[in-house]
Amino acid sequence: MTHFDVAGAAVEAALAAGARYADARVMHRRSESMTARNGAIEDLSQAEDAGVGVRALVGSSWGFFALPDLGRDAARRAGERATAIARASASVPGPPVDLVEIEARTDSWASACEVDPLGVALSTKGDLLTAATAEAHKGGADIAEGLYQIWDTRKWFVSSQGHRIDQHIRESGAGISATVIGDGETQRRSYPSYRGQYGTRGWELVDELDLTAHAARIADEARALLSAPLCPAGETTLILGSEQMALQIHESVGHAIELDRILGWEAAFAGTSWLDLAQLGRLRYGSELMNITIDPTIPGALGSFGYDDEGTPAQARHAVRDGIWVGTLAGRESAAVAGLDYAGSVRADGWARLPMVRMTNVGLAPGPHTLEEMIAETADGVLMDLNRSWSIDDKRLNFQFGCEIGWEIKDGRLGRMLRNPTYTGIGPKFWGSMDMLSSEVVSWGTPNCGKGQPGQIGHTGHPAAAARFQNVRVGVRG
Amino acid sequence: MNETDLAERILKLAGDGVEAEVVVERSALSLTRFANSYIHQNVADETMAVRLRLHGGGRTTTATTTVVGGVEDFVRRTVAGLALAPADPAWPGLAPPAAPRFGGNFDEATAAAAPDDRAARVRAFVDRAAGLEVAGYCRTSATRVVYANSAGQHVTGGRTGAAMDGIARTGTSDGLARLASVRIADLDGAVLGARAAAKARAGADPVELPPGRYEVVLEPTAVADVLSMLAMYGFNAKMVQDRQSFLELGAAQFDPAVTLVEDSAAADSTVLPFDVEGTPRQRVVLVDAGVSRAVVHDRRTAAKAGDGAVSTGHAIPGGASFGAIPASLRLLAHDGPAPVEVDGPAADSGVAALVAGVERGLLVTDNHYTRVLDPRTLVVTGLTRNGVWLIEDGVVTTPVRNFRFTQSYPQALAPGAVLGVGPRAVELPGP
Repeated sequence: MTHFDVAGAAVEAALAAGARYADARVMHRRSESMTARNGAIEDLSQAEDAGVGVRALVGSSWGFFALPDLGRDAARRAGERATAIARASASVPGPPVDLVEIEARTDSWASACEVDPLGVALSTKGDLLTAATAEAHKGGADIAEGLYQIWDTRKWFVSSQGHRIDQHIRESGAGISATVIGDGETQRRSYPSYRGQYGTRGWELVDELDLTAHAARIADEARALLSAPLCPAGETTLILGSEQMALQIHESVGHAIELDRILGWEAAFAGTSWLDLAQLGRLRYGSELMNITIDPTIPGALGSFGYDDEGTPAQARHAVRDGIWVGTLAGRESAAVAGLDYAGSVRADGWARLPMVRMTNVGLAPGPHTLEEMIAETADGVLMDLNRSWSIDDKRLNFQFGCEIGWEIKDGRLGRMLRNPTYTGIGPKFWGSMDMLSSEVVSWGTPNCGKGQPGQIGHTGHPAAAARFQNVRVGVRG
Repeated sequence: MNETDLAERILKLAGDGVEAEVVVERSALSLTRFANSYIHQNVADETMAVRLRLHGGGRTTTATTTVVGGVEDFVRRTVAGLALAPADPAWPGLAPPAAPRFGGNFDEATAAAAPDDRAARVRAFVDRAAGLEVAGYCRTSATRVVYANSAGQHVTGGRTGAAMDGIARTGTSDGLARLASVRIADLDGAVLGARAAAKARAGADPVELPPGRYEVVLEPTAVADVLSMLAMYGFNAKMVQDRQSFLELGAAQFDPAVTLVEDSAAADSTVLPFDVEGTPRQRVVLVDAGVSRAVVHDRRTAAKAGDGAVSTGHAIPGGASFGAIPASLRLLAHDGPAPVEVDGPAADSGVAALVAGVERGLLVTDNHYTRVLDPRTLVVTGLTRNGVWLIEDGVVTTPVRNFRFTQSYPQALAPGAVLGVGPRAVELPGP
């Protein structure tokens, strides 16, 4: 019995029990992670899970049920339970449900992978983390930590509308950090970011990072931060490096354009959005330099796939064009409710979870400048990079972000290092003040995007470049 | 094969040449979610997972699987992988035989709750909101766990949990009601819906107040956020050993009004009676009348601490990196009349009594998106949510808009900073 057969049995059982639409995902995932500290391995974890999750629609009500059993009988039972749950949902019914039309395809897709990450010897991986963290520890870090994570996911999707799609997605990533402990506070520097850089690639991504080469530098910078002056408080010109820009995009654009949030489906937990669908196509989100794309087709980016978990093929589109809000992250149902004609941004973090609207690769198209030009054209300002803390309100408007490191800018030159740099703002005002944008884009991967109840962890990508903003409040300390 | 037989079989398959521990967990989770006043997501899953940790030749490896049908292959691969695993010079050994203090709070009716049971509570919540738009969830869960190791420890336990969490919404405000219990029978959708609606109506048309320093009355839902931060960053032995915690044992770091106890065996606790290393959870007084007294340990942090320290039963998966974390941290309530429902935005008469003692301040329902700026000082930034009101001369006078705050949590609870603690500790749902 193939995995397609299992998914098909679940769908058939749901239909037989009275569902008017059903889909099922069989998923099999192997994952591995290792952490190291100060030159010694701290933890190695390997996991494997497999199961089937079924979604059933009865009238206008949904049900979902999942089991870790890939036998035919279990699959049929899962389909029947999903339908029974949908019937219970009907006791508090909503408006009629439509799904936007998509072509029912039979297809197979796999992410590119040069070096199978699970095929690399554990000793090789361990040597990398121990060498990098030993180097950072030797360089002055009280706590030098390293981490890699690998996921190898295969899924088979079948719908009652005729989809039969299988995908094989391999994801890898790694990073190191150096923490120093002072009398009253800690300072941290990371490379390439706190949790590392991730993509839908093999171990070649980790090799390219060359972690050890950056270990001594981050330790040195962390130590220097302890005695660096505090980031001054006030309004100033702010330049953000590309890693912090990825976080800025994720929090203040990516989540805000999720259609389920806009429709109120996440109101009690993650929150809603400041965006109003009535203004789609004419609301100014930011300056004319702001072009945000939703693009799951970017080779190697962490939010890439062939098809989303509703069987919609990956396709690029604009979310913000020349500063105007023009697009959303949508699924087949949310798009139908909103009167939109596209879907493609629905994913689940495993077989046991309901697919929901998630970011794919939400990124900023490159601008015409370089970071050096931005600094040279800034008379008085602050440069910040690498995220350290993030907090934003439930409408995705009012944010306060902290970075690992800052530098003052005076008369077009970088000056002193600054510690505890923070900045705050209101989304559209902040993005409206963006007056310079670098052409050097990095596709950052975020492997820890939380959403939904029960909670799900999403893997998202964020092409981002350094950018300059005017009149930003920095040095916020409460 | 039942969970106990499976655990024993896995231990046997692992062989005598290694130290081995196995956790077999059977769990069921059902969550009925509503928004825009209808059920829009309704999910359930049943899972059986096996976690196997091996130590041999100075090396340690951990593997998990849900592919129980292929358990022989899983064990064979894990054993084979041990030789390739990294060295673990700090291996603390397996938990010795010890019986848990209790078997866990398990309610059969909750474990057997049907989709209709949850939907009925949602229906009641919607109806009692009387026309206000509502959103939230009703959740039930049940877990049975068998832990066994090659050192002779063998424990079984279970827990159930039920929770309801919802908001009612006017055009300008949200009002919250949230409750957790071991038993679904304790969840009354009508009571919670009415409470959420009352708060929402009392919070309508909020005014903006200038940022500044305010006295605050934090409702239990906001206090829960403070406790979760203290648990993760403060009372975690690894954070203390790494000098990343603010905690100084023996020092009067908190107001005398504050006593914090970790107690997984409390009657309303919804956590398992032992940890992932098989160590029975201990009751630990972390702060006694303002004085920092203890941290929680897993076997690694206890071994590192030496001086007679033992695991308190608070190991978590990945604990080698993240440390040990309290599972059921409680701020002990003060004596006072049993709280009752009251009119207005206060959650109950206990909260209203605290409001009565404030000359000018804020009543805060909930915290949102709180993040740590510095673990050592535990400075946290976040926002208020789901209802804030101005208090003047002991009376709630005006709903106000949400604030962003940046505050050291230990400083907020420092000597002289706590003006009172309510008479009822409320069990609230985790994530």
